[in-house]
Amino acid sequence: MLEITNLHARIADGREILRGIDLSVAAGEVHAIMGPNGSGKSTLASVLAGRDGYDVTEGSVTYQGRDLLALSPDERARQGVFLAFQYPVEIPGVNNMYFLRAALNAVRRARGQPDLDAGQFLKAVRAKLKVLEIDDDLLQRAVNVGFSGGEKKRNEIFQMAMLEPKLAILDETDSGLDIDALRLVAKGINTLRAPDRAMLVITHYQRLLDHVAPDRVHVLSEGRIVMSGDKSLATELEKRGYAMLEDAPA
Amino acid sequence: MNSSVTAQTDVRSLTGDGYKYGFVTDIESESAPPGLNEDIVRFISAKKEEPLWLLEWRLEAYRHWRKMEAPEWAKLRIAPIDYEGATYYSAPKRQNAPKSLDEVDPELLRTYEKLGIPLSERAALAGVAVDAVFDSVSVATTFKKQLGALGIIFCSFGEAVREHGDLVRKYLGTVVPPGDNFFAALNSAVFSDGSFVYVPPGVRCPMELSTYFRINAAKTGQFERTLIVADKGSHVSYLEGCTAPQRDENQLHAAVVELVALDDAQIKYSTVQNWYPGDAEGKGGIYNFVTKRGACRGVNAKISWTQVETGSAITWKYPSCILEGDNSVGEFYSVAITNNLQQADTGTKMIHLGRNTRSTIISKGISAGRGQNTYRGLVRIQPKAANARNYTQCDSLLIGHRCGAHTIPYIEVRNPTARVEHEATTSKISDDQMFYCRQRGLSPEDALSLIVNGFCKEVLKELPMEFAVEAQKLLAVSLEGSVG
Repeated sequence: MLEITNLHARIADGREILRGIDLSVAAGEVHAIMGPNGSGKSTLASVLAGRDGYDVTEGSVTYQGRDLLALSPDERARQGVFLAFQYPVEIPGVNNMYFLRAALNAVRRARGQPDLDAGQFLKAVRAKLKVLEIDDDLLQRAVNVGFSGGEKKRNEIFQMAMLEPKLAILDETDSGLDIDALRLVAKGINTLRAPDRAMLVITHYQRLLDHVAPDRVHVLSEGRIVMSGDKSLATELEKRGYAMLEDAPA
Repeated sequence: MNSSVTAQTDVRSLTGDGYKYGFVTDIESESAPPGLNEDIVRFISAKKEEPLWLLEWRLEAYRHWRKMEAPEWAKLRIAPIDYEGATYYSAPKRQNAPKSLDEVDPELLRTYEKLGIPLSERAALAGVAVDAVFDSVSVATTFKKQLGALGIIFCSFGEAVREHGDLVRKYLGTVVPPGDNFFAALNSAVFSDGSFVYVPPGVRCPMELSTYFRINAAKTGQFERTLIVADKGSHVSYLEGCTAPQRDENQLHAAVVELVALDDAQIKYSTVQNWYPGDAEGKGGIYNFVTKRGACRGVNAKISWTQVETGSAITWKYPSCILEGDNSVGEFYSVAITNNLQQADTGTKMIHLGRNTRSTIISKGISAGRGQNTYRGLVRIQPKAANARNYTQCDSLLIGHRCGAHTIPYIEVRNPTARVEHEATTSKISDDQMFYCRQRGLSPEDALSLIVNGFCKEVLKELPMEFAVEAQKLLAVSLEGSVG
């Protein structure tokens, strides 16, 4: 599904943030990416989604057999790449439902499916809302405007559920959440686990991984993956802290 | 330009003697020669077979205009306009008009397609010289009958002068006096045609009145004149313009719109202005210098202006409300877009004279490309306007880094019981917003359109339904090429 080889990327001021990432994620797998602040976790998410301001200097990313980096951000999205934002963006005056329907129809068109009309869309929304325990009221408000931190993150998960991506990247979706919100986000992720879908869960803490059992855990430090293992690696990190990285071979 | 007053403005015409026979220009000719003097004004009036009072009214306006200078206070860069070189009356036949759609700029046709303009209408909008482009004559007649049964008068200005002279004479120039400003004075002297509406007491007009119905009836030309009178307790909603880009060979457009609302009457006036803005270098666009003003003359009267301004190279326009009647209400909802080299200096004036008068101003300015967008608004509370209230919200949105947005509020309060609120914001479409939309699968164009429509939502919802949908598409088309 996703094949990252020797990926190097810089930000505008020339600093190299990613320094040779190698990562392979197969369909059906959930991988967790952990690491201290500044290790390059969010940069990795941004580069995969195609955000401006990052310069890939070396390496390649192959997604479903094609060169992901050659696609524009919206093409990537229409090809099934979804990024749950660490800081979801407010769009004043744009109804959340309207936004979601526009997005869903854009993705559906790329898949060769017909647009959903208002009735069909509403039906699809209702079904997902129930699972994610999201309030109707949230949908009638402007996109992310005045949402609490928890509401914003739940809205991201809800969008993900509606758009049914092939590759979902969750960028610190768990940060700043209370335990109930965390549980709901985890539920959303677990509901979406599917044999034809891969997920990359980026997190700073191990607590989300108590609810979402990853197939693999990778530890990122200074722009490289320095450790990989099964979910017990997360538990160990939690116990010993990121200080344990100092013992690891660089 | 005062230096160029010619000898043609002679003593004879000043004494008024020459009304019938004093023409320098042959009345049989189809067009007046270039330039403006009293004889040209007489020529126009005679061509239109107007009564003497209207000729005198025009002449008075002309004499005012002669003494006036074009305003320079607006934040606009305007190339000098050659008023002496312009022709102020020409017959509808236009030699230069394209003969068919094949001769029309393909870019314009592409825009029509995007806006979903029916094929049958495209020719008329593009200015093709076809006699009966619309098969709308019978439709118009049906509507006229329906309106006539209610006593509503809706006709061309010329017809109104002939058929309802007393009504026109009673109200014409009472809101925008002939010497009000440079462009209004020019319009008053040489106006070609326009619309007249009268709604009798207690009548609620059953349909949106639209200039669309009379597109065949009158080629309104560059100096349009509109007068709408809503008698006591009546309601009327009027739509002006259309979303399709309209071409015109006249660069200068100086229209005047006057609204009069008597006791308990309501007038809603909606405009979508999409005159040709010129090419990407700003060449060839229309100068739209309009004076629009409404008077709430009676108690509890209400006048509401809604405008979506996307066209023209230069827009100079301040639809205003004079709130004379106690408890009267004025509203102004505006979206103004400037892209490429377009300039707009637009806003409103709310003049509070009566007690408990209220006004609301919602202005959304969008600048893209190298566009310059200025909101200029006056809120004046006069001494007798006890408990007057105003709320103003003025938001500017910038797209790119070469455009400009300016907000110039004038607030004059002469009554201590008044409450005036002004809120203003300026924001940029952020890269984050664009990226967020694109990450959800929207193309850059769709993302921009979505964000801009959200920004304008409070104004768009004031438009009549069918207009609102068109306006949304129009915003998207107007901003094409401003991202990427």
